[in-house]
Amino acid sequence: MSGAGLGKGDELLKVENVSLRFGGVKAITDVSFDIRKGEIRAIIGPNGAGKTSMLNCINGFYHPQEGAITYKGIKRGRMRPYVAASQGIARTFQNVALFKGMTTLDNIMVGRTLKMSSPFFWQLWRHGPAMREEVEHRRFVEEIIDFLEIEHIRKVPVGKLPYGLQKRVELGRALAMQPELLLLDEPMAGMNLEEKEDMCRFILDVSSQYGTTIALIEHDIGVVMDLSDRVVVLEYGRKIADGTPDVVKADQKVIDAYLGVGH
Amino acid sequence: MLYNIFIDPFVQMAQMPDLLVQTLWEGLVAGVLYALIALGFVLIFKASGVFNFAQGIMVVFAGLTLVGLYEKLSPSTGQGLGAFLALVLTIGVMFVLAWTIERVVLRPLVNQPDIILFMATFGITFFLIGFGESIFGGSPKKMITEQLLLPTGAIDLNILGGRVIIQKLDIAAAVIAGLMVAGLALFFQYTRIGRALRAVADSHKAALSVGISLNQIWVIVWFTAGIVALVTGIMWGARSDVSFGLSVIALKALPVLILGGFTSVPGAIVGGLIIGIGEKMGEFYWGPLVGGGIESWLAYIIALAFLLFRPQGLFGDKIIERI
Ligand SMILES: Nc1ncnc2c1ncn2[C@@H]1O[C@H](COP(=O)(O)OP(=O)(O)O)[C@@H](O)[C@H]1O
Ligand SMILES: [Mg+2]
Repeated sequence: MSGAGLGKGDELLKVENVSLRFGGVKAITDVSFDIRKGEIRAIIGPNGAGKTSMLNCINGFYHPQEGAITYKGIKRGRMRPYVAASQGIARTFQNVALFKGMTTLDNIMVGRTLKMSSPFFWQLWRHGPAMREEVEHRRFVEEIIDFLEIEHIRKVPVGKLPYGLQKRVELGRALAMQPELLLLDEPMAGMNLEEKEDMCRFILDVSSQYGTTIALIEHDIGVVMDLSDRVVVLEYGRKIADGTPDVVKADQKVIDAYLGVGH
Repeated sequence: MLYNIFIDPFVQMAQMPDLLVQTLWEGLVAGVLYALIALGFVLIFKASGVFNFAQGIMVVFAGLTLVGLYEKLSPSTGQGLGAFLALVLTIGVMFVLAWTIERVVLRPLVNQPDIILFMATFGITFFLIGFGESIFGGSPKKMITEQLLLPTGAIDLNILGGRVIIQKLDIAAAVIAGLMVAGLALFFQYTRIGRALRAVADSHKAALSVGISLNQIWVIVWFTAGIVALVTGIMWGARSDVSFGLSVIALKALPVLILGGFTSVPGAIVGGLIIGIGEKMGEFYWGPLVGGGIESWLAYIIALAFLLFRPQGLFGDKIIERI
């Protein structure tokens, strides 16, 4: 799972002077920051600050009009989500995006798509290499299911699950990609305290066990301070602070803009 | 009058069960073919959100290509081999068509509003008509039924105090359609491509985020719809002729889709059967009351009546949300 020659603490992703507009709406204005290998990087800010848009730029859903994104030392042009995924970037969504009609198991299996190497059409013939491969991937997926403690819902269509569990399945699907960079968009939103604690534990475990680099959008400041190594703060599409949790917490602009308004 | 509408047809059904069975059978066979056309629509709609106006023409185009290639090949290869080669080549043509549509139409228009894509399928329709005519000529052709080893002739059953005549071809059509639907169901449920297709149908953005290539999926699903169209074209062409006039049967798919829901494969099948059977029964038992010709519009009445009670269709999730 280690990146091409990158060690812990090296720059995995660099965002430079990125601006993104939708017609007249400036979602992101001239934002720069970096994500280092192995760290948990939080992105915080009030609603509409441009956090989700930033993740969308990183995984190729949106294409910023200005600025550059460098991943593993290579500056990217306009890139498709397919390419981002195949380079090891996985994500979850703010409003859970699952395959609702499919089971937990199948949802997570879909996360293995890019890891399946036998040619696409081979699959029609369910014997030989394709079958062996399927079995191997299945084993990997079962491990993730154990890890996330969702054995009991393996065969349940995810549309029927409560929100908290859906978020967990979505994390499972992202983990199935064995990502190098994992983007989590408010993974704890709408959860109760116990579910939040579980999710925090999973995120920390992913980071420590697999060494996965994580970018985390989260509103709960307590959670952010506990989990993250460094925090970048956005407001109205601009970066207003960047640093360790302690530094950011003490920043007057952050207190005014974000902590002050009762989030 | 009320007697004629509400009592007499049922009395007839009870008194002459042979005619009832005959009518039901004919309705079933027509229904199977409607279901196949609707199935082609549903596959494409689910995977790409495109309402494919060209599905009806694809049926004709596939049939025409098959017969046209056969005519060109058989003089040198003989009938049996010619038919087989023509079939394989036509499948190849359907693949090239799917690939081309993805490249030339879907990919450039991917972020456009759905109505633009819908209009683009009109373009595909007229292209296929022009292209098909210029290569194979515009005159109606006879389907190569026997050459494809499909049975002909009829079975005469002396049952229920009368005669029921069943065309062997119709039996073959029903069986083949059933096998194809079962095959597709297994394909969707158990293969990796099937899983990816279901994923794309459920959520485009989630599918993209795990690295499923929509472009590849579109080719596959248009190709699958092309194969369904080819089978439909063979079966339908064998009962009449292969000509562009056939494409009006695509209009029958609309009521089927309203009934079954635009996103449901079982819906397309059940909807097709209901429309097929309803139409033949209506024509036979109630048609004479209004001087016949019920068959051409009854499907729409059934669908509209149904729409009032269950706008999302029999099994569908949300109706025409995307156009
Ligand atoms: N697809 C889009 N089309 C138009 N405006 C958008 C789109 N996505 C985001 N925006 C706008 O960009 C701004 C930032 O949104 P977002 O990134 O979702 O903020 P956050 O995640 O920080 O709450 C908002 O004003 C939002 O309305
Ligand atoms: Mg957001």
